[in-house]
Amino acid sequence: MVDLTTRLGTLTLKNPVMPASGTFSDDLAGVFDLGCLGAHVTKTVTREIRGGNPTPRVCEVRGSMLNSIGIPSKGIDHFITEVIPFYQRYETPLVVSISAHSGDDFARICEEISVPGVAAIEVNISCPNIEEDGKAFAMRPSSTRMVMEKVRGASDLPLWAKLTPNTGETTEVAIAAQEAGADALVVSNTLLSMAIDIHTRKPKLGSLMGGLSGPSLKPIALRMVYQCAKSVNIPVIGCGGISNVEDAIEFLIAGASAVQVGTATFINPLIMPTMIRDLEAYLIKHGISSVSELVGSVDDAAALDGVVFMEAAP
Amino acid sequence: MIANLQLSDSINPADAVIFEVETFVKSNKPANGEYRHMILDAPSHVLNCQPGQFFHLLCPTSERHQPFLRRPMSIYGFFPEKNELHFLYKIAGKGTAALSELGTGDHLNVVGPLGHGYSIRDDWRNLLLVARGVGLATMAPLAQEAQRLGRKLTAICSARSENVLMSVDHFRALGADVITVTDEQGTSSVENMRRIIEEHVAAGKVDTMYTCGSNRLLRLLQEIGAAHGIPGEIALEQQMACGIGMCHCCVRPFRRDGAIVHERVCREGPVFDMQEAMGW
Repeated sequence: MVDLTTRLGTLTLKNPVMPASGTFSDDLAGVFDLGCLGAHVTKTVTREIRGGNPTPRVCEVRGSMLNSIGIPSKGIDHFITEVIPFYQRYETPLVVSISAHSGDDFARICEEISVPGVAAIEVNISCPNIEEDGKAFAMRPSSTRMVMEKVRGASDLPLWAKLTPNTGETTEVAIAAQEAGADALVVSNTLLSMAIDIHTRKPKLGSLMGGLSGPSLKPIALRMVYQCAKSVNIPVIGCGGISNVEDAIEFLIAGASAVQVGTATFINPLIMPTMIRDLEAYLIKHGISSVSELVGSVDDAAALDGVVFMEAAP
Repeated sequence: MIANLQLSDSINPADAVIFEVETFVKSNKPANGEYRHMILDAPSHVLNCQPGQFFHLLCPTSERHQPFLRRPMSIYGFFPEKNELHFLYKIAGKGTAALSELGTGDHLNVVGPLGHGYSIRDDWRNLLLVARGVGLATMAPLAQEAQRLGRKLTAICSARSENVLMSVDHFRALGADVITVTDEQGTSSVENMRRIIEEHVAAGKVDTMYTCGSNRLLRLLQEIGAAHGIPGEIALEQQMACGIGMCHCCVRPFRRDGAIVHERVCREGPVFDMQEAMGW
């Protein structure tokens, strides 16, 4: 038997495959037994009730998609009374993704959502900071540090900081999150993008711009995982375009301790259980006894030290 | 491909209600000048469908077409006894263009059945179905179910011209009283359709109304329904990503209890209460 378990700080997952926030809900239980997953990660919840963005909320580009959903939320009360109880039928750790528009609001929802049944909190700091200039908290080390310190003071649960690719300061943001008390990093979110219909000359998304996800995001997310894993001591969870077991293994080798699968589930609803099975088969075939042997095993010895932290193409 | 097939089949548990399966194309031919009729060989356990439900199709990629997301398509017919799943479609973009290139024996991965279909309440004895163009495809399984339940069905089929009128023979074969209206003959105007429907209402032939697809028909049927207190249902479309209810891409607004609510076309729909639906 091979060991598929992976450690994320105080949490041990039975395998390293979990859904990405926003691409998963109890609806998927109609397709397969959700108990097979390493963790359950819910769609981002806000304290207030939010309607979300205008339609169209999705469009496809070659080999990938753009979305602009706008974090519709039924609010925290609905979440605590309706969503959390559903997941109690599973032993799988429940990770709740939260968002807010200020540090204090983040602290408040973090405290209120720290209830029995929740194993960890994913802090979605890829949303705009309305107290400053509307840029996402995770674009800068200073706003990342501010939010993560506030949520750290509000909960004893493991806190995962979900970073954004829309930054030129990947390692600085990662270090700021770690120093502020994050227990893990989720690397990362969608990349700000745009598509225009050349016949109508209208943007293809109702809110003009949206986030790129799918296979074309993968090399960017992989690069960020590598940089983050090299610069922090806390576990990194890879997320971005992971569509099959080879992608998942690549992220583990780059330094991820676990992976999140999002857009691929839209194309193949069974991809996560398939990936878990294929990962086990891969380990057996290659005589690798545990997932932990893969994590961070990238052979980069020949590279110059400085290349790791490069923020420009060579 | 075979290995994947076996993998998927064994991962989809017996108690699943939504399946991801490989199907095989039995035929995929033009049905008339505009539409194509595709028949898939599908395992019978995925064919426990309700009229109005849809499947999410993984359209093939080729040098010419690279669709990425699945394409939702309403079911034109499902026959578990023959392992057949039918779709009627018009080439409208990359996905349907790619579908049209599938030949007999090619495989097609489908997810479904999905969504919430039409209801036929026990007290709805006389059903009126009004649809235009390919919209009729959604209604074909409804006509079949109406026949099975012994309900009286009137179908008003609208199209650009006689030669693109869809499914008229199919509906007649199911015992429906079919009325055709076309742009070419000048009979498909809202005024003329209002006249025809009002005559049927006056004759007591309309307990409920079903439609899909057309904003114009929705408004007309909403007015008639409100004036006479006749309930109705409409199948709606929206761009989708997951098709299962997870991503919230496919929401539409509805009027309910004096407020506007947003519901997912893939999950709460694609069939909705007609009076709650909002024009577009």
